[in-house]
Amino acid sequence: IFSKASSSLEDVGESSSETDEDEQPVRRQEGSTDLSAEYWGIQKLAKYVKGGDPTATVIALCSMKDFNLSEETCQLAIKDTGCLEVLINLLDTEEIKCQTGSLKILKEISQNILIRHAIADLGGLEIMVKILDSPDTDIKCLAAETIANVARFKRARKTVRQHGGIKRLVELLESISVASSYQAKDIETARCAALALWSCSRSTKNKKAIRKAGGIPLLARWLKCSHTNILIPIVGTLQECASEPSYRLAIRTEGMIENLVKNLSSEHEELQMHCASAIFKCAEDEEIRDLVRKHEGLQPLSVLLDKSENKQLLAAVTGAIWKCAISRENVLKFQEYKTVETLVTLLTDQPEEVLINVIGALGECCQEEENRGTIRRCGGIAPIVKLLTATNQALLVNVNKAVGGCAMDPENMLIIDSLDGVRLLWSLLKNPNPDVQASAAWALCPCVENAKNSGEMVRSFVGGLELIVNLLKSKDREVLTSVCAAIANIAKDQENLAVMTDHGVVPLLSKLANTNNNKLRRHLAEAIAHCCLWGSNRVAFGETKAVAPLARYLKSKDPLVHRATAQALYQLSEDPNNCVIMHENGVVKLLLAMVGSTDDTLQEAAAGCIANIRRLALAAEKAKYG
Amino acid sequence: AAMSRKGGKLLVDSLTRSAKHFTKSEVECLVKLFDTLVAKASSQFAGAGFDRTVFRDTLYNAFGMTDDVVLDRVFSIFDKGNTGCITVVEWVEGLAVLLRGTLEEKMKYCFAVYDLNGDGYISKEEMFQMLKHSLLIQPADEEPDEGVKDLVEIALKKMASTCLFVPFLLQDYDHDGKISFTDFETAVREENLLLEAFGPCLPDIK
Repeated sequence: IFSKASSSLEDVGESSSETDEDEQPVRRQEGSTDLSAEYWGIQKLAKYVKGGDPTATVIALCSMKDFNLSEETCQLAIKDTGCLEVLINLLDTEEIKCQTGSLKILKEISQNILIRHAIADLGGLEIMVKILDSPDTDIKCLAAETIANVARFKRARKTVRQHGGIKRLVELLESISVASSYQAKDIETARCAALALWSCSRSTKNKKAIRKAGGIPLLARWLKCSHTNILIPIVGTLQECASEPSYRLAIRTEGMIENLVKNLSSEHEELQMHCASAIFKCAEDEEIRDLVRKHEGLQPLSVLLDKSENKQLLAAVTGAIWKCAISRENVLKFQEYKTVETLVTLLTDQPEEVLINVIGALGECCQEEENRGTIRRCGGIAPIVKLLTATNQALLVNVNKAVGGCAMDPENMLIIDSLDGVRLLWSLLKNPNPDVQASAAWALCPCVENAKNSGEMVRSFVGGLELIVNLLKSKDREVLTSVCAAIANIAKDQENLAVMTDHGVVPLLSKLANTNNNKLRRHLAEAIAHCCLWGSNRVAFGETKAVAPLARYLKSKDPLVHRATAQALYQLSEDPNNCVIMHENGVVKLLLAMVGSTDDTLQEAAAGCIANIRRLALAAEKAKYG
Repeated sequence: AAMSRKGGKLLVDSLTRSAKHFTKSEVECLVKLFDTLVAKASSQFAGAGFDRTVFRDTLYNAFGMTDDVVLDRVFSIFDKGNTGCITVVEWVEGLAVLLRGTLEEKMKYCFAVYDLNGDGYISKEEMFQMLKHSLLIQPADEEPDEGVKDLVEIALKKMASTCLFVPFLLQDYDHDGKISFTDFETAVREENLLLEAFGPCLPDIK
């Protein structure tokens, strides 16, 4: 059925559905030139609608409504007979019965993609927005529901906003009290207003407009109601808007998480899905992850993993679990519910949108050592490694992270290596997407660290070292940071360090030294520290002007930066020329402050560096003064 | 005034009960209005009520009702006693339905209005009567009445059919050609807009 296909074209309920159908839809060619019986019937009725007084019009409209308006032939007949213009003109009159009759038809036929584009083209939306000002509840309700149908494409949503539709819809919803929403009329009006807001909320500017019109406390209020068919569009709207930080803040502060969690246990899968989706989007924020746990939301999420036939629901639930698992306390909770075991079963035979989230979740769960073992015992390592050959980039990023997480366990590392996992990871460094490159490099760190015969393994990748050194030329900061981290690990093997030196790792690292980003500074300093341990690299670093910038790192507030920098400076200070530069750059004073640190590594490195500088200064004095 | 003071109070109480939809003070106002109208009317009925002409004027002034056919019917419905004059009881009880009637009461009222000869059915002829001025634009090549007849058929099909609706060109129409109260009630319950299907006969409250 055409309408069904068209709805999947437009209403991909993703947050930034600015990607939806916006061009004029193309009409399918009709097979025969025979006009249907419906066509003639509707044309006849159209005559009375056009040429009759309100009484005749109402009779004709009521009769027209009896056609099967959900069928495409009827819908297009209304358009082709010119009846659509008439219906919209009727909306513009003051005759409430005619407006009502017209809306009852428009509401049905606007399910058709061609019709809704036509309605928008004919200026129908503006009129419907005006109708939202009417004192008559029935007609407002009909107008809202029709707007909900028409606003399924971008231009329509913009029109609604430009004519004050968002404000009016919010007001409509506000005018009904949640407590007294037991009247069927009130329920219906709230449902239609919420549906319209949901449709409109798919545009970014509309999300802002809803917020400005006071929509957020309104959504919070309605979240507490118990009617599923109102709750679904309300949660749908929230979930749509949750991509905006201001909404997430409100969701946090207005106590909405509690309601979202509660509705995870609803009997209606659609409602469950939207709640899980909302949580998925919001759990970017740490406070929200904590709130989900505090309101006991982790268990229902875990339980919902069993509903594996409903793929939309499964995708939303796995997504929510993934993001919630970013917090370690949540991972511990998930362990109680054996979530990891269940997730591993979902590694095969699932659509991509589910897989991405499942792998994401497993990657986060690897924060806890126990889970790395659990994944292995459940036979999860092999399917994860297999996914390294996928093409979907979002999936690859998550797979890389998961492989890296698993690789922290040496027993897992044996399996990963036997399945050629490290080589697959390494070749992902060639992937054009910087996120894939970076995540692959990060994953390589534990691999290199934990693999047996790591040095040999790395050498066995033909062109591998050259490849990774050349990534230091990337423009992407995350790539640079991850590659530095990987190089720091690789450089622990002398032979590999020699090869990297041949490929010019020293000047490439030095070039990166002028950065203010603490994460990059830290890993760069670590890489430099390790690369000093070969040949004349220390001298080369000095010559390529890495020392002075490193000295500045000591002024940062980040203790991890201090530690890495101190180590690098200590190594560099074995060369006298470097000592001179360090001295000139006031390193001694800065390092002195760190000698008393509780971080042993920092303490030793700082002390060692100062000692070297002092020794040199002393020798220079002696040489001067005999 | 038509009543003495004591009689007036009793009347208001009794009317508040029987008309059901008005408060006491509202009934009082309506009674006062009635008295004014009676005073305006000819003394034909010795102050017991007012006639058709006054009634039609009042409804026109108050509610903008202009259709002669409809107004005549409304008068007959109000005039339950069939005396040709509207008494105060008939006045208040009639307005109760007009202004505040439940859906059931309004359905009965509208049906009675449209049932021009009061035989319990709305016939094709009656529908034709009521709709004959409803088509403002007619194609030049058609006979003027053809359109109205067609519209009557459409209305009949919509309301008198007791089987599932089939778009009318396809249906083999063989029903009895008139609308009973049950037919009307069913149609209106399913689609409220059809309450005043054959012409406005209720006040426009907007």
